[in-house]
Amino acid sequence: MSAVVLQMACVAGLLGLAVLAIVLSRAKAATAIVYGATLVLSAIALIGAIRWLLGGTANATDLTLPVGLPWLGAHFRLDALASFFLVVVNMGGAAASLYGLGYGHHDPAPHRVLPFFPAFLAGMNLVVLADDAFSYLLCWEFMSLASWALVMAHHRETGNARAGYVYLVMASFGTLALLLAFGLLAGPAGDYGFAAIRAASHTPYAATLVLILMLLGAGSKAGLVPLHVWLPLAHPAAPSHVSALMSGVMTKVAIYGFIRVIFDLLGQPTWPASVVVLFLGGITAVMGILYAMMEKDLKRLLAYSTIENVGIIFVSLGLAMAFQANGLKLSAALAFTAALFHVLNHSFFKSLLFFGAGAVLTSTGERDMDKLGGLIHRMPLTSFAVLVGCVAISALPPFNGFVSEWLIFQAVLQSPDLPQWALKITVPAVGALLALAAALAAACFVGAYGVTFLGRPRGVAAETATEVDRYSLAAMFILATLCLLAGILPGPVIDALSPVAIEILGGRMPIQANEPWLSIVPIAESRSSYNGLLVMVFIAISASSAVYFIHRFASRALRRGPAWGCGFSDSTPAAQYSGGSFAQPIRRVFGTLVFHARDHVDMPAPGDIRPARLRIELHDLVWEGIYAPIAAAVGYSADRLNRLQFLTIRRYLSLVFATLVTLLLVLAIWS
Amino acid sequence: MVVISDILVQGAQMLLVLLLAPLLTGFVRKVKARLVRRQGASIFQPYRDLLRLLRKEVVLADNASWLFRVTPYVTFAAIWVAAALVPTFATGLLFNWTADLIAIVALLGSARFFLALAGMDVGTSFGGIGSSREVMIAALAEPAMLLIVFCMALVAGSTQLSTVANFLGSSYVGLRVSLGMALVALIMVALAENARIPVDNPATHLELTMVHEAMVLEYSGRHLAMIEFGAFLKLLLYISLIVCVFLPWKIAPLGAGSLAYAVGAGLYIAKLAVAGFLLAMFETATAKMRVFRVPQFLGAALMLGLLGTLLLFVSRSF
Repeated sequence: MSAVVLQMACVAGLLGLAVLAIVLSRAKAATAIVYGATLVLSAIALIGAIRWLLGGTANATDLTLPVGLPWLGAHFRLDALASFFLVVVNMGGAAASLYGLGYGHHDPAPHRVLPFFPAFLAGMNLVVLADDAFSYLLCWEFMSLASWALVMAHHRETGNARAGYVYLVMASFGTLALLLAFGLLAGPAGDYGFAAIRAASHTPYAATLVLILMLLGAGSKAGLVPLHVWLPLAHPAAPSHVSALMSGVMTKVAIYGFIRVIFDLLGQPTWPASVVVLFLGGITAVMGILYAMMEKDLKRLLAYSTIENVGIIFVSLGLAMAFQANGLKLSAALAFTAALFHVLNHSFFKSLLFFGAGAVLTSTGERDMDKLGGLIHRMPLTSFAVLVGCVAISALPPFNGFVSEWLIFQAVLQSPDLPQWALKITVPAVGALLALAAALAAACFVGAYGVTFLGRPRGVAAETATEVDRYSLAAMFILATLCLLAGILPGPVIDALSPVAIEILGGRMPIQANEPWLSIVPIAESRSSYNGLLVMVFIAISASSAVYFIHRFASRALRRGPAWGCGFSDSTPAAQYSGGSFAQPIRRVFGTLVFHARDHVDMPAPGDIRPARLRIELHDLVWEGIYAPIAAAVGYSADRLNRLQFLTIRRYLSLVFATLVTLLLVLAIWS
Repeated sequence: MVVISDILVQGAQMLLVLLLAPLLTGFVRKVKARLVRRQGASIFQPYRDLLRLLRKEVVLADNASWLFRVTPYVTFAAIWVAAALVPTFATGLLFNWTADLIAIVALLGSARFFLALAGMDVGTSFGGIGSSREVMIAALAEPAMLLIVFCMALVAGSTQLSTVANFLGSSYVGLRVSLGMALVALIMVALAENARIPVDNPATHLELTMVHEAMVLEYSGRHLAMIEFGAFLKLLLYISLIVCVFLPWKIAPLGAGSLAYAVGAGLYIAKLAVAGFLLAMFETATAKMRVFRVPQFLGAALMLGLLGTLLLFVSRSF
């Protein structure tokens, strides 16, 4: 059986499962059956994709199904790029299924989740496999709608209906942009097969329009600022394992679409395009993490941090475009591999963190960080796994987040070779934005972890929390292990990614397998090298030798006592630092500009016994500046046009007549 | 034989930083005291402090978690590994290629990450205020540091610290504006990262005015010793970094004879003394700034780093 048939068989299995789930969904065992089956199918698809990617020499395989447009059929194709993204999709799918085996039992309405979960997975697989514009768009819509249904699973909770509505509007807008992009790519001849589009030559004008449309279409699904508004609403609204899939995987499918069209179908990228992508990516990274800092809802914070990571990936892709446009193959391969590595890493740690948030939600019923605290004592295993995720996402060695960011920084350092002035000025500025985003991410996750898991419990829910089930823990620990493994053994990962770089760019990074001690060397050892394994071993050795010497030769005495309160120690847990107060310094530094943040203190007069109140005023300038005016304009014109509904037949006829005359006039002038 | 001598040099540097770190802090304190006409404690006082702390029992807050107990060791180990990767008297360290300058910055970031978490672990306001201010300072200092790294890496064509030091030391680099900017920015970042005046006051004991000290307020005994030791090491690391990049004279290259090593070590200690003296002078002459003026201070460092990097990007084409 050829590789693509295996993948399609898994997809067919998932689709069949979705139908089965509708029938089964009221049954008691439905949760176990559906998640168990998705786990098996995702695992098979994952193994198939990994084998394909590691096989190295295998050629792309095609499959044409006699469905869809009669003269076109539906084309599916498995090549290196697709197989890498299938690894990401199915790894996320398998982990989410495993997590769902435990988490799904707490779902109040399983019949609203179970049919759509396999359908969503199938949709994401299909988008990656599609090899003609028609199938691509159809699968894209299928994926969007399935995820929309999952967002609306708990439709009675406050805010979820609005989240679903905004998501639907933005998804339709994105698909419209993609539709136009593919229309332009297919050209007047209208051949929608990817092979034909790839072979055709595209005018610079069309290529620019396609880039803009792809940034709108794929960018809105991935969460590029300012098209991100739906993301922090929709991702957290879904059940947590679906949030993990949407944040960790679906945004990557959008990035896949961007890579497929801009790097593959459109041919050689141009350097002005890369400037746009670089700036959008840099701004997205910093804005995303600043939004995340201001957030006190744990899942929304994670969703905003997804926006940051998407920005990092786009910066890296922009660098790859700039190098590729100037024929610097090695540097382009470095930037491109860094982008793919970060795609993989983000799918690991973001899924892990959403699982952790889901575990907290199951066990306390709270998503608001300011009502949690002290969970490290009551949920030790969850908090350990989440700690790994936080360290990894903060780009700290020896975990995986650091490796991909390190590679991106190395790519930035290659860019003085670029001849264009605009790029010479853009790249260092974007590098600074990236460094800022990385540092802010660490700050953000210190706050998120510290407020949620450390300190004293801020409420009964946090005080009575218990550890979650084994399936959820297993899913979290598998991902945590993967975060560490990808961090200490980055060489094999980079080598596994090289077929993708060869296929898309025609170049690759140096082979890492030959480096001694499993180091990674992006260009040459005299330039830079990094060895995560040794860093971890060194830290472990020096920490354990410090522990040994101290406990052997110095004191081992330990006494528990109350915390030092400077003479006022009976404070309530509410006096601890909360998410808002932790973010206060950063809010003062960045927020006044970015969010027009103001603190309003309502201090009672002396002798007055009402409590003082602090109110924080934050403005989402993207929403208020772009979306609110558009919504208002739509509402206004709808109100005005509403009057046209109540006309007499005479007026309707004259309207029809006037339209006809106008159209004829336009036609006459046009020709 | 070569491997053995490499291991010896690496081991010697690792032990040297460990031994010298408290001495450097003691020296700075002594000079500061003398500058304000106080007698001051002996320059060996930090060693005595560490020994005293090691012998004392740990008083742990009731709800401190395992993270709180692990953090001192993790922090110390991360800083020590970072410090061992900075060439002191000899370049060409055995494990030089393990981590480059970016990784050293990130290792210090790991140390701070855990320390800031530990500050929030007990659940008092002091820990929280320390942690939140520390991460605010870090959020500005780290990007500035990375831009300085970019700047140096672009000049030397490498992010490997030994290569950078060799390049800046051996060939005629000349006076470069961007390197000057990087040096100023690096000094500013080093002051902030080490919680020195004007960003933070290492000597204060008024909780509300301090950042780093507030964060570690709950620590005692051997845990506090490890954290203090980490702080000493970090100061030494930053001074070594500045010295090895901007004053790389007589750093012994790979495979040099024992005489070169001895000269390198002697000069290294002399350089440390000069840098420590300058630090003490600077700290005595300036006042601590308000915490919300720190962003402007570090913003200036960030802009200097960016400007230096931009200059290098632009000047390459000529």
